[in-house]
Amino acid sequence: MTAILQTQKLRVEYRSRDFRQGNKIALNGLDLEVHAGEVFGFLGPNGAGKTTTMNVLLGFVPPSSGGASLFGIDVRQPIARQRIGYLPELTYYYKFLTAEELLRFYAKIFGLTRAETDKRIAELLKLVELEHAAKRPIKSYSKGMQQRVGLAQSLINNPDLLILDEPTSGLDPLGRMKVREIIQRLKEQGKTVFFSSHELGEVEAICDRVAILDQGDLKAIGTVAEVSAGSANLEQAFLKIVGYQPSSAS
Amino acid sequence: MSKIFALAGVVIKELYRRKDFYVLFVLTALLTLGAGMVNFFHDDKIVRYVKDICLLLIWVSALVISVVTTARQIPAEREARTIFPLLAKPVSRAQVIVGKFLGCWLATGVALVVFYFFFAVVTGSKEHFWPWAAYLEAVWMHWVMLGVVIAMVLLGSIYFAAPSSTSTITIIVVGGILLLGTHLKIIALQQPEPMQFILTLGYFVMPHLEWYDLRDFVVYDMGLVPVRAVALATLYAAVWTGIFLVLAWLGFRRKNLTT
Repeated sequence: MTAILQTQKLRVEYRSRDFRQGNKIALNGLDLEVHAGEVFGFLGPNGAGKTTTMNVLLGFVPPSSGGASLFGIDVRQPIARQRIGYLPELTYYYKFLTAEELLRFYAKIFGLTRAETDKRIAELLKLVELEHAAKRPIKSYSKGMQQRVGLAQSLINNPDLLILDEPTSGLDPLGRMKVREIIQRLKEQGKTVFFSSHELGEVEAICDRVAILDQGDLKAIGTVAEVSAGSANLEQAFLKIVGYQPSSAS
Repeated sequence: MSKIFALAGVVIKELYRRKDFYVLFVLTALLTLGAGMVNFFHDDKIVRYVKDICLLLIWVSALVISVVTTARQIPAEREARTIFPLLAKPVSRAQVIVGKFLGCWLATGVALVVFYFFFAVVTGSKEHFWPWAAYLEAVWMHWVMLGVVIAMVLLGSIYFAAPSSTSTITIIVVGGILLLGTHLKIIALQQPEPMQFILTLGYFVMPHLEWYDLRDFVVYDMGLVPVRAVALATLYAAVWTGIFLVLAWLGFRRKNLTT
């Protein structure tokens, strides 16, 4: 199978502001491969290194050592991001633009033609159910609507790989269901989805494979069944892997 | 180039959807109209005072618009975190810098055209004389000078987190150059060493923004500046703009945006 997302001995160290503490290791030699067409769940407690991995993959943070590639291209090259879509954890867009203007702006960045752009914008606004608000400034949108605009912008270039950072975070149950449906639909279309989440039930339902990260180390990787083996479900397996000790009742 | 124009387009949209430009334009218009309506001492040459006041207001307003608009570009992208969805696209940090520069420069150019057109209408209605070529030359030189200022502000905004710090420092530096630039060499000659050397060095290494001030040519109808001088001044400004943009890119390229 073709690995379209790959990290090799990826290490990221941050210099601590306090010189007495030394460097903080955010990622410690991460080896990861995500194959074409799979939905890959990237799990870990807060501070495990999930966002750092995504930051390296998106070119925001340079690796201290090791490397990462998308479609075989080093992530430090902007062209590596031509075929990906990215949805950040929280929605941050130009609030003075309308959804349509925002999508048109990102389409220009990807070099889409005018005809392609018009077609794509119409499809996406329909997909995320924002046709009625397309010409309203984003600043007037609710949180759920902003997240849906985010999802639409991540799909503007019809990406082969979608990187989603906690896509359902802060959404109501309806919004979560909507995002889950969209991920399922993308999977059916043969797209690759790499996403981080704390919603383990959701991950269990839609992911082909998962990886569990803790304190910068890769603790487990495999299919949901493989990782959950010996535990009641993925949540139990996750808690065991990250070494959670339930506090005894007093 | 389409990526750079797309980035510039967003900057321009932001400017005309905010109120900064309109407030400054209305203020400039009111002050100019007020000055134009008063006929001090029944002096026929009153139009020169009106021109002088109006051009000074245009220079101050254009400087404020260009500095304030540019200073917030990169910090606002970082603060609102819009930089992340943007850089997750196939766009380089160099293109972001150039796109932001172009957007601010074009937006300032539009503001300048509006200001100077208003100036031409107000003063022309008084003296029934429209030296369009001189106005065009003044607008061009002013715009080219603001290109250097915008690139300088972009550089500052990479290193200073607060747009207000970048704006204040740039306005002081630009104001200092405009007021003292021409006189610095003369002042240097009157100083003992090593001050003389330091000031002379400063004179030769600073961008001479004061060369682009053609207000006296317009106010006193001194005719046109030779095209060759304008071309050389444009080239000089392009070099300074390039230097500031390269330095801004070098800083931005290594900037950790996640902290």
